[in-house]
Amino acid sequence: MAHSGINVLFEGTNFARLMGGLWTAIWIAALALVIGLALGTLLGLLRTMNSKIIRFILMIYLEFFRIVPTVVLLFLVYYILPRQFHVNWPATWMAILAFALWVSAEFSDIVRGALESVPVHQRETGLALGMNEWQLFRYVLLPQAFRLELPATINLATRVIKTTSLLMMISIMDVINVGQQIIEANNQNYPTGVFWVYGLIFFLYFIVDYPLARWAKHLMAG
Amino acid sequence: MTINWKKIIKAAVAVASVAALTLSAVNFKPATANADSNSSSVSAIKKRGVLRVATFGDLPPYGWVNKDGKRVGYDVALARRMAKDMGVKVKFIQVNANNRVDTLNSNKADIVLANFTETPERKNVVDWAKPYMKVSVGVVSPKNKKITKLSQLNGKQLIVTKGTTAENYFTSKQKSVSLLKFDSKTQQFNALKNGRGAALADDNSYLYAWVKRNPKYTVGIKSVGPHQYIAPAVKKGNKSLLNWTNSEITKLNKQSFFTDDYNKELKPYFGSEVKPSDIVLKQGN
Repeated sequence: MAHSGINVLFEGTNFARLMGGLWTAIWIAALALVIGLALGTLLGLLRTMNSKIIRFILMIYLEFFRIVPTVVLLFLVYYILPRQFHVNWPATWMAILAFALWVSAEFSDIVRGALESVPVHQRETGLALGMNEWQLFRYVLLPQAFRLELPATINLATRVIKTTSLLMMISIMDVINVGQQIIEANNQNYPTGVFWVYGLIFFLYFIVDYPLARWAKHLMAG
Repeated sequence: MTINWKKIIKAAVAVASVAALTLSAVNFKPATANADSNSSSVSAIKKRGVLRVATFGDLPPYGWVNKDGKRVGYDVALARRMAKDMGVKVKFIQVNANNRVDTLNSNKADIVLANFTETPERKNVVDWAKPYMKVSVGVVSPKNKKITKLSQLNGKQLIVTKGTTAENYFTSKQKSVSLLKFDSKTQQFNALKNGRGAALADDNSYLYAWVKRNPKYTVGIKSVGPHQYIAPAVKKGNKSLLNWTNSEITKLNKQSFFTDDYNKELKPYFGSEVKPSDIVLKQGN
């Protein structure tokens, strides 16, 4: 088995490059999640307010990011923004921006749903105790909503990590992009290398996402 | 004291949306590069100290990444040489076939060196410098039933892939040849191996590499129809870099740089019957 395809993973620096690609994907996902969840909480809170105008604007925001495919969003921030508005940031920052906006839109809906599903009597009890809006939010609604939104949030996080595979579309060296470089560079010597490279990538995504998925399941059950 | 959160938030949202609208209105400018804001002019590149080149990362032997993680290939070698002659460092922006034009237009790269074929349609969207490589349609056939002239194809099946230059050429210019069309490169080469056609037509640069791995076959007709040229492309209107690139290519042609580049990067991939002059343009004085 001198030319077994698995060797393609260990030629030169191939393995280290794949790991580097995975790290790129993970830190972009992590940073986008931190920013997106913070912004999403704020937007979700705004969406429970009575003002029709704010709710309408945020509704459009949510629908825009939910309907537009992520790959189109990435193209928008990477190619159209620099061209029309002369905003020329590095690709990684553009990717974080697009992902964070998407996460915040999706998360605002999760937060809104969670806040609204806190029983009405909890809110009324708070008001009866003389709490103001902020206190009501901070001490009554948020703690209860937090538990309700946790499984959906983890689910969103796993989706974000999976979606980093689109980063290759805007020239970011994520794990898929590096994988394709390795496959094409070794097509002559290792025709079966494609199986091993994508196999490893599958395994890498799995070990990143599976613990999160298990945790979400555990929380749902509990 | 109760704070009226609603009012504060409403005001903030209103201010933010007005600001966003104004900002987008003010900054809306046409996308062409003009003299004072050309971020890819030779002087701007020298000032930055980095030449940003769009190349392929997955197309051996033109632009790819070797096992040590280094970018290599025929296009990449040219990019490194150009940066060296300009006295700046080189930075590679990896592209695929679809986003070569957008990468220029959105100022992500100064120049494209990514096996980019000059076509009349593309002339409208980018500016082409002098070509550094030529390709045309070639015809590959089994060595024991070699096809060396188009007349030998009469009444026989010729295998092509849909949407390629080869299909286009034979459909419009060689109507006496009957075509057997496939969707992908893998399918067309399998069809040839299974003897479903007498020969197969595709870009000769692909065929040269394929016969290297399949020594029972040969590129009996190296070139039919018009030549097509692979050239560096810059953003439309970037005269400064265009002129510099043209004189650079002229200089490199005189030094036979492309023959050396061929021998180093392409020769190991191509069958022994291919000569540098099948791919590179006239070298020397």
